[in-house]
Order: sequence, then C-alpha cells, then structure tokens
Amino acid sequence: MFQNGHLHRGLHCHDLVKQFGPVMVLRSVNFSVQPGQVVALIGENGAGKSTFNNIVAGVLRPTRGQMWLDGIAYDPHSPNDAMTRGIALIHQEIRLLPQLSVAENLFMGRLPLKNGRIDKQRMYEEAEQILTELGVDVDPRHPVAGLSMAVQQGIEIAKAILRKPRYVIFDEPTASVGETEAHLIFEQIRKLKSAGTGIIYVSHRLEEIKEIADRVVCFRDGTQVGDWPIGDISRQDMINAMVGRDFTFEHRTPKNHGADIVLSVRNAARHGVFEGINFDVHQGEIFGLAGLVGSGRTEIVRALAGADRLDQGTVTIHGNTIRLTTPADAIRAGIVMVSEDRKGLGLTLGQAANRNIAMPWEKLLAKFGCVFGSTLHKLGNDQKEKFDIRGQMGLPVGAMSGGNQQKVLLAKWLVQSPRLFIVDEPTRGVDVGAKMAIYEILRGLAGQGIAVIVVSSELEEVIGLSHRVLVMSQGRQQGILTRKNATPQAVMSLAVAH
Amino acid sequence: MDKLGLFFRWLLRKIPGPLVGLVLVCVVFSYLSPYFFTTRNLFNIFSQMSEIGIMAVGAALVIIIAGIDLSVGAVLAVTLMFNAWLYRDIGVPFAFSCLAGLALGAFIGLVNGVLSTYARIQPFVATLATMSACSGIALFITNGSPVTGFPPEFAVLTSERIFGIPLELIILISIYALFGFWLNFRPIGRALYAIGGNEEVARLSGIEIQKVKVLVYVIAGVLAAVAGLIVGSRLDAAHPTAGISDLLSVIAVVVIGGASLAGGSGGMMGTFIGLLIIGVLRNGMALLNVSPNLQPVVIGFAIILAVLLDRNSLAKR
Repeated sequence: MFQNGHLHRGLHCHDLVKQFGPVMVLRSVNFSVQPGQVVALIGENGAGKSTFNNIVAGVLRPTRGQMWLDGIAYDPHSPNDAMTRGIALIHQEIRLLPQLSVAENLFMGRLPLKNGRIDKQRMYEEAEQILTELGVDVDPRHPVAGLSMAVQQGIEIAKAILRKPRYVIFDEPTASVGETEAHLIFEQIRKLKSAGTGIIYVSHRLEEIKEIADRVVCFRDGTQVGDWPIGDISRQDMINAMVGRDFTFEHRTPKNHGADIVLSVRNAARHGVFEGINFDVHQGEIFGLAGLVGSGRTEIVRALAGADRLDQGTVTIHGNTIRLTTPADAIRAGIVMVSEDRKGLGLTLGQAANRNIAMPWEKLLAKFGCVFGSTLHKLGNDQKEKFDIRGQMGLPVGAMSGGNQQKVLLAKWLVQSPRLFIVDEPTRGVDVGAKMAIYEILRGLAGQGIAVIVVSSELEEVIGLSHRVLVMSQGRQQGILTRKNATPQAVMSLAVAH
Repeated sequence: MDKLGLFFRWLLRKIPGPLVGLVLVCVVFSYLSPYFFTTRNLFNIFSQMSEIGIMAVGAALVIIIAGIDLSVGAVLAVTLMFNAWLYRDIGVPFAFSCLAGLALGAFIGLVNGVLSTYARIQPFVATLATMSACSGIALFITNGSPVTGFPPEFAVLTSERIFGIPLELIILISIYALFGFWLNFRPIGRALYAIGGNEEVARLSGIEIQKVKVLVYVIAGVLAAVAGLIVGSRLDAAHPTAGISDLLSVIAVVVIGGASLAGGSGGMMGTFIGLLIIGVLRNGMALLNVSPNLQPVVIGFAIILAVLLDRNSLAKR
C-alpha cells in the first residue's frame, strides 16, 4: 500500500530516513493516516517521534524517502510550505506572545486589514467564532498572559485550525495539563475528526490513547515496530512494543555494593515540581533515576547538587544533615553533579579545557594563594590521561568533539574523589565508543566505594548500570525496583503511571 | 609578496591587535611631530590619562564579569567633594577625610553590586541610577561651588618623581600590576572570567558569584575614589563636576583594549594598551593642533577599528 501511496487518499510516508551526521535518527519509517482518523504515535524518548513530526511539518527535510498527500507527492521545504499544503504541527510547548490579546495571537502574521488599518472588529468576530466552535471559553480581547495552560493550548489549536489544515499533528498536548483540561482537548480533537481532519497524536499517556485513537503506531530506535487498530491492543502490549528490544551492550552484573548509607533523602519536595521523595544510596552503589522527560528526575538531582533549593525535606550525607543552599555547599559536602546540558550548564566552551576542569577546585589548587599555569597544565594532562581525552587541553573546549567534551566534563568533576557522584544523561550526544568508556568510568567509581546516581532517559542505560532504579512519573516517586525486578517493562509501566 | 602577506598574517595572530594599533599610532605621530617622542611628552601622556587609567581598571573588571559601571565618573566627583568638604568645612584631619572618601567609593560600589546581584536590577540601570544620584550629591555638598586649598603635601602625589619617574605613573602601573596578578593567579580573580564566560556554569562550579560580583563593583568604586585623589592633588581643588565627562573614555579604553561587553574576555595588559592608544591619540592631536572638538570623532573611529581588528584576529585563529 505504501508503494502506491499516490493512489490513495490520506497522508502516506514511505521509507523515511533521517541522519544527523553519522547518527541515524530515523531508519526507514512507513506511516499513514487517513482523513478523519486519529493515529496515536507512541515510543520511548529518542525513538524518533519528534524527528518524524518535524519532517512531516516541514521543519526538517528527510535524508531519504517519499511522502504523498492525498495522492500528490509532498516534500515541504519549510513549516510555512507545509501549512499551505494543509499540515499543521501543534507544539508541546506553548509559543504565544503573552502581552498580546488572544485574537492578535490567533491572527499573528496575517491580521485582517481594512483601509490599511487592522480591522479589529472582524478579527474579534472571527476569533470569537473559532474559539466557540472549539469550545474554548475565553474573551478574544483578553491578553494571553495569565490564562490557564489548557486555554493557552486551546488557543494554539485554534491558531493552527484557522488555516484550515487537512492534517494536524499534536505533540503531547496533554503533557502539562490536568485530567479535566485534557478532556477539553479531546473534545476539540473529536470535533476536528468529525470534520474529516486526519490527526497524528503523540502521547505518553497510554490510557488517553485508548480513549481517543483509532490506530496506534509505535516507534522504536527510529523504525516503526507496530501498527494496530485500537481494539486489538492492550496497555501492556503498548509498553512491550515501546521497550521490547535486545540490549545492545553487555549486561554486566555490577559488584555488590557496601552496607553503609552515603546519601539519604527524606520527604523531599519542591512545590509544583516534585514531592514525597524518599531514598537511600549506599557506598559503591549505582542508583538509577528513570522516568519520562519532565517527570522530575533532573529536578531532584539539581536540588541535591544545590542548584535549586528544596522547599521541604532533609538530605543527609553519612548521617549528617546538610544545608544545601548553593552548589558550593554541595561541593563542600562531597556531592558533585555532571549536568545534562553540557553547553549551557557544564562547560564554558570558549575557555580552555584545563581551565574548565580547574574551575570548581581553584582554591584547592592554589599554592601560596596563587594558581599557576604549570599547576593547570599538569592537572590538564593528568585528567587527559586518566579519562582518555583526545584534544589539546590548552585550547577552548568548544573545539573538541561531543564525546571528548563529555569526558572533559566528567574529568572536571572528578579532580577529587567525591562522596556522591551524580550524572544526568551521561551519554547524550556521544558516540558508542565514548559511551562504553563513560560506563566504564561510572562502574570504576562505584568500585572505589563512591555512591553514584545515574539519571537517564535511555532505559537500557539506566537498567544496565544500576543496582536499583527509582522510577518517577509526574513529580512523584512511583517505586524503587531492585536489579532483579527492573525489567524494561516494569520500569516503563511505572513511568507512564499517574 | 605572498610570503610577506603570510608573515603579516602570522604577526597579526601572534601579537595582540591593540598593540599593533598602538605602535602604528606612535610611528605616525613621531613622524608628524618632532616633540612627540621626548621623555617629557611621554610622561605628559601618562599624567593626562592617569585618572582615566585608574578608573579603567575597575571598569575592565566589571566588563569581564559581563557587567557595566556607568557611575565611575560620578563616584570620582562625589568622593572627591566629600573628602574636600570634610577637610575644609568640617575640619576633619586630612588623612581621615581621604580615607572617608575611599570608604564612600567602596560604599557606592557596594550599592551598585547589591542592586545588580541580590536586587536583580540590570547593572546598566542600577549604575545609571547611582550615577545620577552621585553627581547630584557632588553638587549638593557645597551647593555647586568648588573647594580649594588642600594641604601642600597632597600635591606631592602628582608632582613628585622617584628616580626621575613621576609618582603618579608608578601608582598607575602598580595598580595595573596588582590587578593583573589578581586576575591571572588568585582564585577569586580568575573566577571573574568564569562568571563572565557563563554565569550558570560558574555558579554550579561552586563559585559564589554574587559575592564575587559585589566585590568587583566595590573595587570599581574604590578605584574611582583613588582617581579622585589624583585629580584633587593635581588641581589642588575639588570640582563637583570633575570626572563626569570621563565615563565614555573609560569604557573606550577597556573596549579598545580587547574586552568584550559580553564578558569573559579582556585583561590588564590589553586595558593598559587601550589606555596608551587613547592617550597617544589625544596627545598627538593636541601637538598637531587638531581642534579639540574633532578629537572625540577620531576616538570614535579608533573604537570601531579596534573592535573590527580584534574580531578578525579571533576569526583567523
């Protein structure tokens, strides 16, 4: 059927491939959606859903492959081109201008004119009409600032629909709204559907997929691994399809960890971000934090590293309660964190690698109160050797490859032996070789008796490395699984719970 | 010809852009005026530029942390007036009135620092406000009239020579050397580059950025007060508008010296060269009888040229 996409109505994609440099993000995806049909698209983080959406919506161009739109070849070269052809993408994050009114946001870029001036009356009337049709209860004259997330999401939908698209992609529209508000969005989707619009619906909430979709398509590692009518598939089947794969790296059972508790977190909370977090990490233990993006994993470790303040709860290191108000407090207590955002939070790319490595430790490195070039040079070379960094330590880190930058970042935080070592997405954007080297480093640290916390979106990574895995969903701790129980299915099942 | 081109490119890469500019300007002026390259004139250049030079040290530190201090000139005026008023009108011993002036400089710096860190006001706005307030207070203290008659020993600061070198120049160079050392070797001084390079990375690296930033503004305030002492000593008088017009020259010196207003780059060597470039341009144009009204135009061109050259030499690396 795909080969003959041009013969059929609907949106058909055949053999879509997308490469970023050497990395294959999409490998041969086939996909189709009919007018008046809701197709749910599911998959783990990094399965290729966003890349696929962006290709369909003209944000990215595929490396290879064909698309047909209602029987005509379709190859959009810009989002605007895609919109003109009748395809709209509704982003997960809201992109409205808060100071402007609802109506102005709806008509942004194509405000109706009369005699060279904005025809406000017409603008408000048309806005009123589309909002009522969608069941969004808001005055079009009201500024967007201060409206609830669900209403803003509704305005985003209205904005897309004003251009009368034939196909709409929803990228996790319910990620940031509550249950009742989600139902408003479903209502809007049903209206679109009955008007004959084809819909691609991306979501991690499997329950709501059962409620709204006609078909479910699952992506894994950049390919389509399943396509079922909604009646034929259970929640467990969906979870299995998302995670079911052979692990590509050797699962070595880690060495047994010590009995001493290094870190214990009790009843930790940050308002509106996470709450009720309780766990201990032992000496030499690798403790995984799993969950979907936005579930509060990163926020927990940021609080432990003193980057954000806890509103509630206690943190103890070796039995001593510590005050964590600044990152300096955490570093003094022996807690260091390798942040997920290498460029924004980890390294100053414009400065030399050895300077970056020395940054947290300058007071310790000083002799007679001074940090000398020779000290930096030696430190740089020691770390270069220890972490197998390929590149010149005296040159700006920005000139190194992603994998080497990541090693520099690890080296920066391992100048001294920490008590607790936290890594957030330790292998994001690095190649397989560097990945294995980083895993070796983490296992080695645990072998020395350091407590390690690994936060990762890659199930295989977090399960493969950890003694135990804590699974988060929507800011709450859903459970702690031991290595024996931490199957991909079990972790994913907790991660999508709510 | 090709080899010469390559050689020039290599030269440009090895030598900081500002230094090349300085040498060029000196060569041109020494051809145009026989008087230019005399010891006396060279010392003259320094004494014309010493207060701007001292303030530029503070301004460079502030710019390295990606801040800006618009209040330096006004701080010079208000601290000098405060000092003179305490001594002449209140009768405080001169040593104490000097210390009080320096303390006031530190205090205004503290206000700038606290406003732009803990109160989260953009440094441009915070220091604009203190600039306005300080220049007002400078006028208010004596209702706008200048104060004259410092103790005669005070003139020593700008007239004495040690081994033939003006004391003023020794002070200026010492300040540059001191802060050059601080920026390059002391952990807190080095932290300035970390903060200017990426503030959040610096914070997560355990640098107490707010304390360091406040310290930098305090240093800038104290140095402006020191510059005030130099001006007072030279003129044997305190004018309530002294230093007010120096602000743009101070920032020009730092920018010509290779610092970026985006923060994270610049240093004392560059700033000193920047100071010399502006000093030589002003002095040379005065020697050649260029209208003083045209001089700022030339300085304006120099700023643009310096920034363009700097960007090119960076791109070539």
